[in-house]
Parts: sequence; C-alpha cells; structure tokens
Amino acid sequence: MSLVIQIQSLYIKKMIEVAHLSKNYGSLRAVDDLTFNVKQGEVLGFLGPNGAGKSTTMKMITGFVPPSSGKIHIDGIDIEQEPVQVKKMVGYLPEGAPNYGEMTPLQFLDFIADIRQLDNSYKKERIEYVVERLRLDSVLYQQIDTLSKGFKRRVGLAQAIIHDPEILIMDEPTDGLDPNQKHEVRLLLNEISAGKIIIISTHILEEVEAVCSRAIIIANGKLLLDETPAEMQARSENKKLDAVFREVTKGHERE
Amino acid sequence: MLYLEKLQKDTSVNNILTILKREILSYFATPVAYVFVVIFLILSMSLTFYLGNFFQREQADLMPFFNFHPWLYLFLIPSISMRLWAEERKSGSIELLMTLPVTTLETVLGKYFAAWFFSGIALLLTFPIWISVNILGNPDNGVILASYIGSFFMAGGFLAIGICMSALTKNQVIAFIVTVVVCFLLLLSGYPMVLDFFHNWLPQSVIDTIASLSFLTHFASISKGVIDLRDIIYYVLLITVWLYATSIIIHDKRAS
Repeated sequence: MSLVIQIQSLYIKKMIEVAHLSKNYGSLRAVDDLTFNVKQGEVLGFLGPNGAGKSTTMKMITGFVPPSSGKIHIDGIDIEQEPVQVKKMVGYLPEGAPNYGEMTPLQFLDFIADIRQLDNSYKKERIEYVVERLRLDSVLYQQIDTLSKGFKRRVGLAQAIIHDPEILIMDEPTDGLDPNQKHEVRLLLNEISAGKIIIISTHILEEVEAVCSRAIIIANGKLLLDETPAEMQARSENKKLDAVFREVTKGHERE
Repeated sequence: MLYLEKLQKDTSVNNILTILKREILSYFATPVAYVFVVIFLILSMSLTFYLGNFFQREQADLMPFFNFHPWLYLFLIPSISMRLWAEERKSGSIELLMTLPVTTLETVLGKYFAAWFFSGIALLLTFPIWISVNILGNPDNGVILASYIGSFFMAGGFLAIGICMSALTKNQVIAFIVTVVVCFLLLLSGYPMVLDFFHNWLPQSVIDTIASLSFLTHFASISKGVIDLRDIIYYVLLITVWLYATSIIIHDKRAS
C-alpha cells in the first residue's frame, strides 16, 4: 500500500499548494485562512456566493494580488519569490476576460504567443488550434472592441490556453456565453484537462457536475466544503447540488 | 536594493520588444496617433512661421522652430503618456499583463520606449522645415542635428514623468493634468517664478540645485549646437529615476 503511494507521488509532480492564505482589504477580510491543494489531473470547481473571495484567491494564485499572509507554491515554487517562473506555467482567464480592445484577435493572440515565447512554427500551430477550437475564424481581423460578449470571452479563453499550459485558472469561463457555447467550452475543458491542473470558478452548478472532479465551496473567504461533486450531491436527498449549495452557504452571504 | 538586483537579473530584451511592438500597434490602430502627429506638425509649423517670425528674421537657422518645442511638449507629451498605465487599469487589462511571464520593469520599459519612439517619429516628420531652410540659405546643419537630438531627449524626459503619473491613477484626465503641472515646474525651475517660491525658506545651495534641474537650461545649450555630456547625463538620469519610480509604483500598486 505504502509502495503504491510512493510510486504515485513520483508521477504526480505538479501541484498547487495553498497554505493559510489570507487577504485583507482595509478592514475587510476577503480571504480568510484558506488552505487546499490541487493535484495534477484534477479539475477543481470554485463555488461560492458573490463576494466570497473566489476571484481574489485566483488573483493571488496567478500572482496579480499579493497575499496579506500565507503561502502559495506552484510545482514547489513560491509565487512571490519567482513570479515569472510560475507565470510561465500558468494560463489565466481573469474575471471579465480583459483584453486589448483596439487589437484584432489575431494580433492579440500573436502578442500573447510572443510573450509566452512560442517559437514560430509552434506559434502558428497553436494559433490555428485555438482559433479553430473556439471558432474565432470569422472575426480574426475585426477589432476586439467591436465583437459580441461571447466572442470577447472566447478570445480570452484562447489566450489562456494558447501555450498549452500545465496549469489553467479561469474565472467564470462561460460567463456571457449562450448555452451552445457553454457546452462547447465544457467539451474543450474535458478535452484538454488530462494531466493538467485546472481551477475554474463558476455560479453554474451543472458546470461543476459536467467538468469538475472536485469542488470547493467558499463563503466570506472561508473554506466550507471540499469534496467531489458526487459526494456533494449525496448530501441532498434528491441529488441537487444547488440545494447543497444553499444549505452550506446559508448565513454566510455578505451584505 | 534587492528589488533592483532582481530586476536586472530577470530583464529580457525580447520581452521589452514584444511589449513595445504591441504598444506601437495600438497607437496606430486608433486615431490617437494620427491626430497627435497632425496636431504636432501643424502647431510646430504655425508657431515657427507666425510667432517665431521665421521669414522676417532672415536668418538661416531653426531657432524659432526649436524654441517652441518645450511649450509644445508641455501639452502634447502628456496626451501620449496619460494612457500608458491609466488605460490598463481602467480596462482591467493590467491584470492580464501582470499575470503574463514578464517583469514589471520589462513592461514599463516596453511602454516607455514605444511612446518615445512614437514621439521621435512625430519629430522626424518635421523634416520639411529642415529642407526649406537649406533651400533658403546655408544653415549650420550640425547645430540643427544637435537641436533635434536635444528635442528628442527633452521629449523623453517629459514622457518619463508622464508614464509615472499615469501609473498613479486610472483616470487619464488626472494623469494628464498632473503631468502638465510637474513638467511645467521642471521646465521653469530655473526661473524666478518657481525659485522665488523657495527663496525664503531654503538655503542657496538647494535653490541652485533646483535651478540646475530646469529642462529649459539643459535644452537651451543643446539647441545652440553644444552637446555637453552633462546635459545628456541630466536627461538620462532624469529618465532613469522616473522610470524606476514607475516600476516600483506599478509593482506595489498593480492590483489597486
């Protein structure tokens, strides 16, 4: 038994370790002593009411927001010590999918690929792949500012996966997409998730069932629940996640 | 000091160039670049011919042209620099930029050199006046070249102040106005208007130092055709200090 664990630990190398992470904004404690690990191969769903600290946690894991206290190690590297090393491994879709609106999707993806230091032939291959996978071919030469919300979101998704990152962090990846597009994105996530670490935040509980292998519920910056979607469903009589969500987060809403 | 050492270790020229390329692309994707160049050319020419009495002076030099550059830059350079960081903050793209594998210094330098390069293009496009003065007479082209170099460095100085002010706010109008005020004070710091303010409560040595910081004094000697190493060092130091301040501000306040 212990031999099996040892062998596994040799193969399971990549890991995100979040230890006692906190973030204060003035007197507001946005994230409160959060501890969890994510292993290679896992798709972690981040659930919680608005203002629970989901986005802030993601901003800290990606090195945008410095933590007030606590540590984040990605593949054993401290994000605060070696930010560029960590950022190379990570693909990130920030909240609201910000972009450079005056550029075209092609220029934008080209810029991201250059910053990610993809060499020319690989860059071409990857741009073709994300354009095809996210159906951006019809808008490649239009300014991003002029595109619909759904296209903007997909441009954001494309830049996050263009370098085929080992770690993918997405803040509400399907927000603003229509049901068909949401379905497409879930298929994409399932397709690329093997061997990666993926963290997504979402309000849509069916998304958790569809793509996540594990889910965390946080509210008021505190971790309330950390288990598989199946275990969560088992908490409710009729297997409804939203009933569990309501039950767990009750009394934790922020004004 | 540790931060500075770390910055130097991690800085890559390729990343700076990638950021620079993206910025330049953005300039020309919007009307901002064209409006800026056209207004710069129209204003610099009309000031030279009308207020500068280019023809009436009957002298084959470009003094009336270069003399107005500090005043033109005072308003035009902040209009380039105001967007450099304020816009990133406003649109939220700063979060994307700061989570890409680049250092803060690389982004600051990429943006700064893009803006400086762009102001250089605008300056170069004034070449018809150089041709004109060569047709009309026999000017000292060495002096003209020195003046162009001086003007370019002065634009760089204004830009370095502007990018720092832009780093402090997400409001472009505030970035513009504060930059104009700071540049105005530096421009005039050799003049009684600014020095009188300090006379009563600062020792003479400090006042002399303030006076020596003036943009105008350093520009004046270069534009007379004298490229004094001290004037160049002044601009390089000024630019370095403001850019260093910018990268500290962006690093510390990236998420606020």
